[in-house]
Amino acid sequence: MLKLDGCVIENGNFALRADVCIEPGASVAIVGPSGAGKSTLLEAIAGFRDLKQGQILWNGKRISNLHPGKRPLAMLFQDGNLFPHLTAEQNVALGLRPNGHLSEEELSQVQTALARVALRGLGNRKPSELSGGQQSRVALARVLVQRRELLLLDEPFAALGPALKAEMLDLVADLVAETGTTLLMVSHDPQDARRIADQTVLVADEVVLPPAATSQLFDNPPPSLRDYLG
Amino acid sequence: MAGRAQPVSPRPGIGAAALVAALILGTLAAVALRAETAGGFGPADWAALRFTLTQAILSAVFSAGLAVPVARALARRRFRGRRALIALLGAPFILPVIVAILGLLQVFGRAGWISDILGYFGLPPIRIYGLHGVVLAHVFFNLPLATRLILQAWQEIPAERFRLAAQLGCNGIAMFRLIELPMLKRILPGVLAVIFAICLTSFAVALTLGGGPRATTIELAIYQAFTYDFDLGRAALLSALQLTLTAVAALAALRFSRGDGFGAGLDRALRRWDGGAPAIDAFWIIAAATFLLLPLASVVISGFAGLFEMPAIVFRAALTSVIVAAASTAILLMLALPMATAVATGRYGIVELSGILGLAASPLVIGTGLFILIRPLANPTALALPVTALVNAVMALPFALRILVPAARDVVTRNGRLALSLDMGRKTFFIRVLLPRMHPQICFAAGLGAALSMGDLGVIALFADPQIATLPLQIYRLMGAYQMQAAAGGALLLLLLSMSVFWLLDRGGRWHAEA
Amino acid sequence: MKHLMIAAGLLSATSAIADDKPQLTVYTYDSFVSDWGPGPQVEEAFEAVCNCDLNLVGVEDGAALLSRIRLEGESSDADVVLGLDTNLITAAKDTGLFAPSSVTADYALPIEWADDVFTPYDWGYFAFVHNADTPAPANFRELADGDTKVIIQDPRSSTPGLGLLLWVKAAYGEEAQEIWAGLADNIVTVTKGWSEAYGLFLEGEADMVLSYTTSPAYHLIAEEDASKAAAAFDEGHYMQVEVAAKLAGTDQPELADQFLEFMVSDAFQQIIPTTNWMYPAVTPSSGLPEGFDTLIVPEKSLLFGADEAAAVREQALSEWLGALSQ
Repeated sequence: MLKLDGCVIENGNFALRADVCIEPGASVAIVGPSGAGKSTLLEAIAGFRDLKQGQILWNGKRISNLHPGKRPLAMLFQDGNLFPHLTAEQNVALGLRPNGHLSEEELSQVQTALARVALRGLGNRKPSELSGGQQSRVALARVLVQRRELLLLDEPFAALGPALKAEMLDLVADLVAETGTTLLMVSHDPQDARRIADQTVLVADEVVLPPAATSQLFDNPPPSLRDYLG
Repeated sequence: MAGRAQPVSPRPGIGAAALVAALILGTLAAVALRAETAGGFGPADWAALRFTLTQAILSAVFSAGLAVPVARALARRRFRGRRALIALLGAPFILPVIVAILGLLQVFGRAGWISDILGYFGLPPIRIYGLHGVVLAHVFFNLPLATRLILQAWQEIPAERFRLAAQLGCNGIAMFRLIELPMLKRILPGVLAVIFAICLTSFAVALTLGGGPRATTIELAIYQAFTYDFDLGRAALLSALQLTLTAVAALAALRFSRGDGFGAGLDRALRRWDGGAPAIDAFWIIAAATFLLLPLASVVISGFAGLFEMPAIVFRAALTSVIVAAASTAILLMLALPMATAVATGRYGIVELSGILGLAASPLVIGTGLFILIRPLANPTALALPVTALVNAVMALPFALRILVPAARDVVTRNGRLALSLDMGRKTFFIRVLLPRMHPQICFAAGLGAALSMGDLGVIALFADPQIATLPLQIYRLMGAYQMQAAAGGALLLLLLSMSVFWLLDRGGRWHAEA
Repeated sequence: MKHLMIAAGLLSATSAIADDKPQLTVYTYDSFVSDWGPGPQVEEAFEAVCNCDLNLVGVEDGAALLSRIRLEGESSDADVVLGLDTNLITAAKDTGLFAPSSVTADYALPIEWADDVFTPYDWGYFAFVHNADTPAPANFRELADGDTKVIIQDPRSSTPGLGLLLWVKAAYGEEAQEIWAGLADNIVTVTKGWSEAYGLFLEGEADMVLSYTTSPAYHLIAEEDASKAAAAFDEGHYMQVEVAAKLAGTDQPELADQFLEFMVSDAFQQIIPTTNWMYPAVTPSSGLPEGFDTLIVPEKSLLFGADEAAAVREQALSEWLGALSQ
């Protein structure tokens, strides 16, 4: 279980308060007006932003004092998810071994992961030689080999077309289901949230509200969400 | 704290910066402590200070100001021989001072080519000697450097940004305001500070082109204090003044050059869509090429005959110079890479500051200080080459940092979070991400460092031994022995060697393959 | 790796002096030890008679040479210093680092030599060198009144520059500043050292350059080029006398004395004219080389005594700065 315990996160001139629990294995969408602090929340969980107060716990253990790489999570950013000078295969391999060479067995894991995201045979290409969707798949293949219990998505597919985005989200849904991963994803689009997230967290007025069932939330939106949805 | 986690450690860089600072300040202290009398400023020193500042500021402003349109033209145009031209433009910078002066005067002097042409039309020769001559010479030395640094920053703007601007229908002026002006605001303060610092320690160029004692610089006063008055206190005091002025300039530059990078690109080939005004670009390229290449041509022409008259000893000196340059480049990279990394990970302005001081440190003070420090331990003459390589590396450090820091900063900004989230170690990030991403800049810095070391007289004259000479020292010796023609040949050999070294190293790092 | 080995090889080649012969270390200026200077021949000739190892160490120029000695102080490695001139003698003696010597010789100097510490080995006259086919002024006043362009060296950074300063002072005394003011518009530029000035002159930047009366001998003898001449000034020419002395702290006093004796002997003196391009202090038995007879011989030799030179230098320098900084 992911627990944000009395957290206050400062970002410029606003402070975001979060006091929520996320059940293990849940898929949670984070929605809210632009600038409300959705990405800030993810960055704090991932360790790129300090907590002003409070702590973050994973399965009862404090993780908010850990180095970003030591937290039990993988994260995909809005952009810059691949190293442009490394091949797809090398990029995926970094998820297994960020600091060394792969064994034969690990190499085959990388191949399997690439195959799982339908990139068999494209391992030698560099990101600039892949389409946007393919680049996203490489990043997902890396998430797969990382085997982390928590996956954070900060709108990594925002640049893709609707069909492609839906395809990627379905792939994510399949992957988290297969691996039992807990998913937290920032989303602008209620459709995305409905598509793969059973729960939704609303971030508005400098507060992170507790998760609610997605369909219920969007069918009966509270005032702050209503304004946002228009 | 996790929030300040960095993908790569600043510690080795801070260590390297401390070493450099220790070398510069330690040698200064060694000289000051050895002083028999306490030095003081006289009225002549204030006049020297005034002239030094005036010429250094003017030289920096003109070099950087003219470099902007030249770099822009070179960034926008693709033509045959472009790379060769860019490489050649680096040449003035690496020539020994005396050779460059003779080359410049061959073109701009009383009996130079321009005066010859004027004479043909019955006009008097141009008057090159004076403040304008000093500035002209310093622009000759530094315009290429400024152009290279600015051009590099231009080429580091991701192709995506230009594409976006083009898509938005930006014309040349709009594109300049939108993309290029912010880049210039970021890079120019540093370029200005570096050139200011170089010109601050000018001596032979300022005096010769300045036309007389009006053009007395602080460095001349230091030389006089060392050799004719043996007033080490005064020498140390004047040198401290140079360092302070440079530190002030560097700090101001660091303050003004804050700003964000351009975000990530995907290594697409750089193409520009603001193709307007080819005539203006052509004008700048041709004007700069003429200004810089004519004096070089004169060096080539006068050196050609001498090339076949050079005694074997000149070739031995050339080999020595190559070895010193190789060692110096290795030292340079070992200092500059960690330092650039440290600067990139945070506000380590102090690291950059210690890097830039190498320029302002009088070679005489460093050399004498090292001599005082080494002598109780070893025979300084036996260490002439290692010491020369070390001092050359420190002198080239500011240039290397100017080249490496922006790139390192971008790499850390673009890839830092990803590396951290992957739990990539700091060493791995340095080796697998930082070094490959910075490959072009590293090659450029290495090429520049090697070429600078080849052409720099450095401190070898203070430590020299008849059997060991670098090529620049050998050229001075030839001139001192009336062997002007052989010296001209040596200068040409030096030019060829330096350019080859630069070309070879820089070629290893092509970036932004042409579209 | 290979580079490092070559570098190491070069280093050890110079530092390894593997035999047990006594070693005499002579500090001198850089152009003396260069391949074209007297150094290599002097080393060979002296080692043939001394059963020792002569180690010549080059320092930039005469002034830098004295600074080096002062820097090293009593622990200096040098046994002998060769290459100071009369303008530096007083400062050198004040250090107390030099020892008297008993060397005497039949000097061919135009002045009486009576210094018990410093022994002269060559000398020359400062002069303006010009192209032989152009007329030259006959004195400083004529130069100042005409529009002949000259290049000179800075007295604060070069020995000839300092020589010229003292030349004008010796010839004109109180009127020196006025002469300098008159010369201001003739001076194209002032350079750091001799090489820059001479190089600029050869490129045609000026009609005349401050050098030595012996400079045309180089062009005549080494290049068979008679196109250069030195202008004879009727107020007389200032001299440069180059000297050597033994250091008080030497661990080879006998060998040092032997070197100074050798220095005024034929073996050394006959090397000087065509390597250092100066007059030998003692005319060798073979006489001066052919070509030296074509040089101008000033009617009057000017030279401040060592103490006097040290005393007037400061004032002469401020007059010079004042006149040329306008």
